[in-house]
Amino acid sequence: MNVTITVNGEKTSHEVEDRTLLVHHLRDVVGLTATNVGCDTSTCGACTVLVNGESVKSCTVLAAQVDGDEVQTLEGLAGENGELDPMQSAFREHHALQCGFCTPGMVMAATSLLRENPHPTEEEVRAALKGNLCRCTGYHNIVQAIMSAAESAEGAR
Amino acid sequence: MIPPKFAYRRAGSAEEAVSLLAEYGDEAKILAGGHSLLPLMKLRLAQPEFLIDIGRVHELSYIRGEADHIAVGALTRYHDLEHSELLAAELPLLAHASGKVGDPQVRHRGTIGGSIAHGESASDVPAVVLALDGTLVVSGPSGVREIPSSEFFLGPFETVLEPDELLTEIRLPRPASPGWSFQKLTSRAIDWAIVAVAVQGSSVGLVNMGSTPLRATATERALADGASITDAAARAAEGTSPFADRNASPEYRKHLARVLVRRGLEEAAGRAG
Repeated sequence: MNVTITVNGEKTSHEVEDRTLLVHHLRDVVGLTATNVGCDTSTCGACTVLVNGESVKSCTVLAAQVDGDEVQTLEGLAGENGELDPMQSAFREHHALQCGFCTPGMVMAATSLLRENPHPTEEEVRAALKGNLCRCTGYHNIVQAIMSAAESAEGAR
Repeated sequence: MIPPKFAYRRAGSAEEAVSLLAEYGDEAKILAGGHSLLPLMKLRLAQPEFLIDIGRVHELSYIRGEADHIAVGALTRYHDLEHSELLAAELPLLAHASGKVGDPQVRHRGTIGGSIAHGESASDVPAVVLALDGTLVVSGPSGVREIPSSEFFLGPFETVLEPDELLTEIRLPRPASPGWSFQKLTSRAIDWAIVAVAVQGSSVGLVNMGSTPLRATATERALADGASITDAAARAAEGTSPFADRNASPEYRKHLARVLVRRGLEEAAGRAG
């Protein structure tokens, strides 16, 4: 079937097998490989992307299900000249990554959180990261980074 | 893991979904959020030939206050239940329990109807609907029928839904008693409940205490007979046959049911004032 998805602001249209998962579509067809396949069982969150602005686990969504929708991946966050967006900068500033495998999913989950709740408490940040596992167990700095991104967005306002 | 091959069909309306079901019969499965079905398909535990996607049937996504009940469209997502002002005011048990399902990503996709039609006894919301004495509205080729939630669940992944029927609405009467509680114990934060308990007034629903969601009938009877919370909760596991798995033995699940029902009844009584 044909699926047309706006990925990071650009319209993409491809013929895919009906059973194609969104994460494979993004990585293998569209060619955006920041989104990782981790557990493949909608547990670990490494494959988190935004569909119409909301976080989803792209290993458990068919490409066909988001036909006509807008998808944002980690590649879509940085500006045109490569300048990092505030969440990416905060992750860098706070050393919120060790091996980096979970990072694209963490950043997208955090981006979705701040869109829904611009001023989360630390407890709310931790609850919102329930579906994102960091096997380096670097949660402390990840939480700090997200709190800091929320504060800097407030400062910029 | 890639799911086995199937043919994808998108329904534009509930009516179209029902007619597609009539055409494909038990070779087809309804796809809503897909967060129960797609994982089973990846494991080859489900291999439908057709998936009928109702994800765009927006007419099935709503939360409405009616004269004597709250009507929830089957395609309403956990995220929408969790953040509904109407539910926060009228059915806080459902809003709160929905916010405890999975994680934010899962709640952005998973739907109340999908969870109920899937018939997984470890799922939170079916036991909540059971405790709230919900009624399930289903559409089929011969029309609409209403099924009490107490008669809906038959066994693991088995309900009274016929292969050509679509769950369209969940009707929840306004509770007579305002006190409520939802108690859930998991191993890791994201896991399914080892056991969970939904309390509304003196109605008690049990998650993962057998092959279907259950009511703690012995506890409810004891409360009706005037027993104390402690004495009634001690009977919470009567008549249940919970499974053993890597998280818990049946004995431990029964212990959890008694403890969580006591905590739930106490919290509900506190909220009722």
